[in-house]
Amino acid sequence: MDKDAKLAENEEGTVLFNTDPIIIKYHYEIDYLHSYAQDSPFFTGLTRRKLLGSRCTSCDRRFATPRGHCMECGAPTEWFELPHEGRVHTFTTCHFGGQAFLKETPFTLIMVEFEGVDTLFLSRLIGARPEEISVGMPVQARFLRNCKFKPTDVYFVPK
Amino acid sequence: MRPVYMISGGITKFAKALPQTDFRRMVKDAFDYALADLPSLSREEIDGSVCSYFSDHFTRQLMAGAMVQDYLGLNPKPSRRVEGGGATGGLCFQSAWEAVASGRMEVCLAMGFETMGRVNTWKGNEFIALASDTNFDYPVGGFYTGYYAMMVVRHMHEFGTTVEQMAKVSIKNHLNALYNPYAQRPGRLTIEQVRASQMVSEPLTLLDICQMSEGAAVAILASEEAAQRLGGNPVRVTGVGCGTDAMRMADRPQGKVILLPHESAEEYAGLRYPGVHSFRGGRMAAKLAYGMAGIRDPGEELDFVELHDAYTSSEIQTCEDLGLCRYGEGGRYVDSGAPFLPNLDYGLSFSGEKKWRPLPVNPSGGLLACGHPVGATGLMQAVFAFWQLQGTIGKHLNDATLQLPEPRRGLIHSHAGTGTYITVSILERV
Repeated sequence: MDKDAKLAENEEGTVLFNTDPIIIKYHYEIDYLHSYAQDSPFFTGLTRRKLLGSRCTSCDRRFATPRGHCMECGAPTEWFELPHEGRVHTFTTCHFGGQAFLKETPFTLIMVEFEGVDTLFLSRLIGARPEEISVGMPVQARFLRNCKFKPTDVYFVPK
Repeated sequence: MRPVYMISGGITKFAKALPQTDFRRMVKDAFDYALADLPSLSREEIDGSVCSYFSDHFTRQLMAGAMVQDYLGLNPKPSRRVEGGGATGGLCFQSAWEAVASGRMEVCLAMGFETMGRVNTWKGNEFIALASDTNFDYPVGGFYTGYYAMMVVRHMHEFGTTVEQMAKVSIKNHLNALYNPYAQRPGRLTIEQVRASQMVSEPLTLLDICQMSEGAAVAILASEEAAQRLGGNPVRVTGVGCGTDAMRMADRPQGKVILLPHESAEEYAGLRYPGVHSFRGGRMAAKLAYGMAGIRDPGEELDFVELHDAYTSSEIQTCEDLGLCRYGEGGRYVDSGAPFLPNLDYGLSFSGEKKWRPLPVNPSGGLLACGHPVGATGLMQAVFAFWQLQGTIGKHLNDATLQLPEPRRGLIHSHAGTGTYITVSILERV
């Protein structure tokens, strides 16, 4: 037993914003081991310049954004290749955003519709000013050469 | 199921940040207000609670609901947390309704809060965007205003809705809030001001969008027997409904409209539904709530609506989902003046189209002007609706301007994601 035990002092401090009430900076950060799981082949496809959707093996419903099972009938889906050309279903240009994307503003989001496919695909459009974009405008997929294994490995330009 | 009544409610002031009070103290303040408003109700009468808050990221405290229960002195009674994005408060209200309707509790406290001012706005937008698919949506530029902007661009394309019609919603809700001291951002605006404010995600400007907020609200629900015993001026909850849709907007089907009793399939021939322009979950929630409350034509049978106007565009979309007007008519509905309070001067001239009965939408100021502390929002709507039906707006807001004359039946609507969870509840004067 040591009745004179004492914690060692150090020179670390706290960032203080206010004293009434006391407001301090609290840092928080985390690295996830994020698995794409059953969606993984889509991201592998992007590395081969392929845009993969999924097709229901029972009711043939076609999803531009892939899913392992059909949202209508629950049957498993299989992969199929989407065309690289589509049309703008809707669009916006973001001048503000979440912190992770602030440095990329302004950026344009589009939902792409593909011929014969039942659902849409969210992506970025570059190469067009906001006033040059319209619903129905034809767009063409492009792929990053240095893949990041993110859905932004594919993006669209005006066709 | 047995009848359920709302017997008291309370809210705190909503503000961008309330650093002097933590989440426990905020809920305590709202709770104490509700207790004081019904003196016969004591803590002992409350059998349990449901707590709503959206984001553990904002709170930086897991099991915060249990800590509120503790702070309110309600241990060891039953409690749980419910969470469902923007609809968290509406889900909480319905969860408390279930506790009473099922006979599990005689008196149940629904309590909610959010503390969004504990991070900067851009970080808050990131947290909110995590409530979108983190494989396919969030990494592309996850930003909820961007999602809603894309929806309204399509609504404009399908139906001819205009930014001026959206601006009128902003004018209405901000002006209503001038008479609501709980509101975060009241104001008198013009169409030009709304359009000239900072562009956030085209075509939505800063004044088309609600703000980050802090605040709390509570609603206390009771059985008929408990409501009679405790006295006061209870209001009956006559209908509850909830609907859902895909988290990813991209997955929305393009099928047939879910019809309300006053609509026919012929009037929607050729409309691909819900697409990204309408909320199928909102229509389902409304249909279920109307069915339970016996409402056949909501535009004729409701006296006011407090709906989830996180965006001016989503108020227009939601008026259609709720059947206040037909799909596609939301913009003209605003132009007609029907959703405006008849006793206020908004500085606007209305089309005067007589197709719709006057039916105030968001007389409180809605999310656009009151703020949107997510877990509290759906309960705030319940509190304002309760006071409207009691006829006590003047007492609680220190100003009777927003009090409707003799309202009999009101609707509250809470909405999450891109229309992912939606609740509709109907409250009626006894």
